[in-house]
Amino acid sequence: MPKVMVVTSGKGGVGKTTSSASLGAALAQSGQNVVLIDFDVGLRNLDLVMGAERRVVFDLVNVVQGDAKLPQALIRDKRIETLSLLPASQTRDKDALTEDGVKTVIEELKEKFDWIICDSPAGIEKGAQLAMRFADTAVVVTNPEVSSVRDSDRIIGMLDSKTLRAENGETLEKHLLLTRYNAARAAKGEMLNVKDVLEILAIPLLGIVPESMDVLTASNVGCPVTLNTPDSVASKAYLEAARRLRGEKLDIVEPAERKGLMSRLFGWKAATA
Amino acid sequence: MSIFSFFTRSRSAPVARDRLQILLAHERTLAGQSDLVAVLREEILTVIAKHVSIDRDKVNVKLECGNNVSTLEVNVEVMDQPKAAS
Repeated sequence: MPKVMVVTSGKGGVGKTTSSASLGAALAQSGQNVVLIDFDVGLRNLDLVMGAERRVVFDLVNVVQGDAKLPQALIRDKRIETLSLLPASQTRDKDALTEDGVKTVIEELKEKFDWIICDSPAGIEKGAQLAMRFADTAVVVTNPEVSSVRDSDRIIGMLDSKTLRAENGETLEKHLLLTRYNAARAAKGEMLNVKDVLEILAIPLLGIVPESMDVLTASNVGCPVTLNTPDSVASKAYLEAARRLRGEKLDIVEPAERKGLMSRLFGWKAATA
Repeated sequence: MSIFSFFTRSRSAPVARDRLQILLAHERTLAGQSDLVAVLREEILTVIAKHVSIDRDKVNVKLECGNNVSTLEVNVEVMDQPKAAS
């Protein structure tokens, strides 16, 4: 049974695209057929994070408007065979997408893929609403920071009211992915901790991705972190999150605060080791 | 004073948590209500307008949520000449 999953957050810059790429790659690494759709029409970036920016010929808008066939627009990842990307248009705006058009594309993708991951644009406007519209499951990406938590709360409200599943009275799985988590700062009371955020947002936790240089490096080189540095702490968090998405029950271990001399001297660098 | 601030300056997370909890409690009620009041307003007016003529601009619908009791207040100004009885 194919699953449509939206990766959303409301606020921009919290790690939606990075998380879409990493979760998508992690699921594909476990043998699942995965397609990533970039819904950020006008400001596409998933192609860049995936290292496919020079291979884009046709995009989502072309397919929705019938200018190109779906197989022509899909870009197959060169590293993992079971991973594909449907890029967003860079020259059009969000009004170029229609609900019926998106529905047709998703239905067609369901025939070939196990996971259809919709990378939502920031905001709560049409683009974000279309990205979540047909979702069976949602990953809400949140940073432990007040504005991100507030916007996530708003997005959770929209998932409960504006999605097709919500309108039909069906359940939509919601998962919280806490990114850019800095355990040391949370322990010192400088940053909201896992418990605070979970208590406020009240949806189940999918994983905690520590703030990490490896994630930035992966974006720089255009390779999902789970492929670029599979042994890094961030990769492990994404790989485990992907296993939880597939139904495995794994305990979530809160990243430990490192108290060693090295971490005191080098701060976040040691936390990424 | 400076020693006191040295020990307390970094513990801002509890403040963030408390502010968020209060704000979101408020915003969640608002989100639920704004739609509800609009829907109630429309449906109530449709029913009233069936029987008496009303000025849609002179209608006031207010929903107040208290701790124990919530009240719905509807103020409708009825126009002078009644509709011809059917």
